[in-house]
Amino acid sequence: MKPIVEIRDLHFRYEDGTLALDGVNFALYPGETVALLGANGSGKTTFVLQLNGILEGIGSVEVCGLPVTKENLPPIRSKIGMVFQDSDEQLFMPTVLEDVAFGPLNQGCTPEQAMEKARVALRQVGMEHALGKAPYHLSAGEKRKVALAGVLAMQPEILVLDEPTTFLDPPAQRNLVHLLRELPQAKLIVTHDVHFARALAQRAAFFEKGKLVADGPIEEIAERFQWNYSALDADLRYSAQRRF
Amino acid sequence: MHIPDNFLATPVWATLDAISAGAVGVTIRRAGRDLPDTRIPLLGVMGAFVFAAQMINFPVGAGTSGHLVGGALLACTIGPAPAVLVMTTILAIQAFVFQDGGVLALGANVFNMAVAGVLAGYLPFRLLGASRRGLAIFTGGFLSVLVSGSLALSELLISGVRMPRALVFTSFGLFAMNALIEGAITISVVQALDKLNPGFVQKPAASTGRILVVCGCVALLLGAAGFLIASSAPDAIQNLGQTLGISTQPAFQTPMANYTAGKFESAWLRRATAGLTGLLLICGLCAAGARMIARRRSA
Amino acid sequence: MHHVLVDHWSQGASPLHARDARAKILVLLVFLIVLATTPADAYVTLAIDAAVLVSGILLAGLPPISVLVRAAGILPFSAAFGAITWLAGDGWRAVALIEKSYLSAVAVLLLVGTTPLPRLLSGLEALGTPRILVLLAQFLYRYLFVISEQAQHLQLAAACRGGSSGRRQSRFRAAAGALAVLFARSYYRAEGIHRAMLSRGFGGRFSLLNPMRFGALDAVFTGAIVALLIMARVQ
Repeated sequence: MKPIVEIRDLHFRYEDGTLALDGVNFALYPGETVALLGANGSGKTTFVLQLNGILEGIGSVEVCGLPVTKENLPPIRSKIGMVFQDSDEQLFMPTVLEDVAFGPLNQGCTPEQAMEKARVALRQVGMEHALGKAPYHLSAGEKRKVALAGVLAMQPEILVLDEPTTFLDPPAQRNLVHLLRELPQAKLIVTHDVHFARALAQRAAFFEKGKLVADGPIEEIAERFQWNYSALDADLRYSAQRRF
Repeated sequence: MHIPDNFLATPVWATLDAISAGAVGVTIRRAGRDLPDTRIPLLGVMGAFVFAAQMINFPVGAGTSGHLVGGALLACTIGPAPAVLVMTTILAIQAFVFQDGGVLALGANVFNMAVAGVLAGYLPFRLLGASRRGLAIFTGGFLSVLVSGSLALSELLISGVRMPRALVFTSFGLFAMNALIEGAITISVVQALDKLNPGFVQKPAASTGRILVVCGCVALLLGAAGFLIASSAPDAIQNLGQTLGISTQPAFQTPMANYTAGKFESAWLRRATAGLTGLLLICGLCAAGARMIARRRSA
Repeated sequence: MHHVLVDHWSQGASPLHARDARAKILVLLVFLIVLATTPADAYVTLAIDAAVLVSGILLAGLPPISVLVRAAGILPFSAAFGAITWLAGDGWRAVALIEKSYLSAVAVLLLVGTTPLPRLLSGLEALGTPRILVLLAQFLYRYLFVISEQAQHLQLAAACRGGSSGRRQSRFRAAAGALAVLFARSYYRAEGIHRAMLSRGFGGRFSLLNPMRFGALDAVFTGAIVALLIMARVQ
């Protein structure tokens, strides 16, 4: 099976010289969900921003067989839908409908077609009732769903979500998990929330200081890097013991 | 100061609407290349920032607090042309959504605060910013509020709004104080911004012959301040003349004697027309004079 | 916040809400111009103008007391000038100043209380307002609430850290620091918006979506009110 996203030897340095990505190799296959784990500043977000050309590094980045170059950006940005951590930055239009229709309009749809696609996407995420509302009237969970609709309306093949559980309360998180499980697209989920990751992903990639140091089944990775709550339990048990 | 509707005489607000529309139109056309659609979210967000920033209290003593107006700060961060457009938008939203300032008077408020105010806020920065940045920024903040306040006051006076001398001077004094506060806040914020990210505030190049703009602004200031002093009571010179027994009658009749012009029935319409015509004449003369100077310089 | 309430009012569904924004804007402009040129002692004209506004408020289903109270924000300012004008001997003018400035405020409130801002902006654009100003207003309004909330939080945080005591100079500097932080956060937010725009294929030009139709009912509405106002003025 050919990978839907293929990255070979990717390097990226910020303007101030910091090395954010140091020789990353990665592949994503159709239909799979991969969690990207790692400490803050390890390069996860920098990595995903390379996939749709927001940041441009050195190395080979291919999405659906297309190399990420300036000419290919329009089709690539249609194929990869990115949901950012801050929904307020993503929902920048005055109303929900206009925001979700933004993507289809950019893809060349007429206003009527764009609005229809927007309605379908909103129905998919269960937010059709909020069509005419302004984004600042929505809760964090609702904003997240509308942002997802904005991306789904473009009918992408890959979904990238950057810290999707930020600001979401447990019921909203559960809602999001169910929603995402229904979607057939390949997914890359950048997250600190291990439970959330485990509910959706079979595989995980672990970033450390700009390097992709491990790539495998999520349980193994979590165990190996102590990237879970069992590590916290162990800590607490240890300090309780030490008091006696 | 946001002038509400029904305070200004009709010729005054109508003319200022036309002037502002022209000025903003020219700004949009001149800045066209530098304002692609991709820059608009930044300018919109910075407009929201100024709105929100106007809420932050700056203690200035005796239990009172000052607030930022923002024209000068915007000019030296996002640039003068964008600042004009952002301030215009802010004023329009204040007028419609918050009923702060009139809708017909929007042209006057835009002229005072978004055009003249921003220009007065930017010029010191442009002229002195390379060499004496702190002073330039403080002066910019100071002038932007002083000029917009003086213009507002002049426009009210020209429109015949009754203002006893004491009130005029008190108002002017208040504007001057607010101007000092604006200068202080602007420079403080710029210093704080430098610590966060030196790239936020523009770096003015050492300036050369923008004397045209300087003359234009001085003209504006003179025109504005000049009408403040216009009063029907005999002034010092006339008083002196009367005391000494020298005739104070004009040697010949002029078209706008005693600050009245036109055959309107209403007294204040007559004065308004005279006042505005005078202002436009002064502006025109200074602009023409400046152009002549510039031409001689470049020749 | 004030604009949240007005925003809420504008989401209504009355016949007045349903009118094309261009019609309402034109009617407002005629109203304001007629009012501005009405002489101080034309109390019949002013009474008719007030009646038009009250019927507008009722037709729109807006809470009358609330609207009249909100518009009264103008009163302290105009009452002050009115008092001065009265004392200067021009009684009629003083009363007219207060009446007219209040009626103007109610009229503007009626427009924004029956027209959601996106539609108002589309109407203004269709009437000739430059596109860039309309887009600026759209983005400004969108982030006004968000950034104002942030400003309040920053003020609160500064106050919690000994805000009301302490030397005036250090409190001044703290306020300047808070403002600078707000600036920075707004700036980076704008960068985030830019990234989000690019990610959804932004090609360099915004296309506004608001379809407007100036129907027969809008024409009748505009014609009738304008005629009424002008007749009231010239009689």
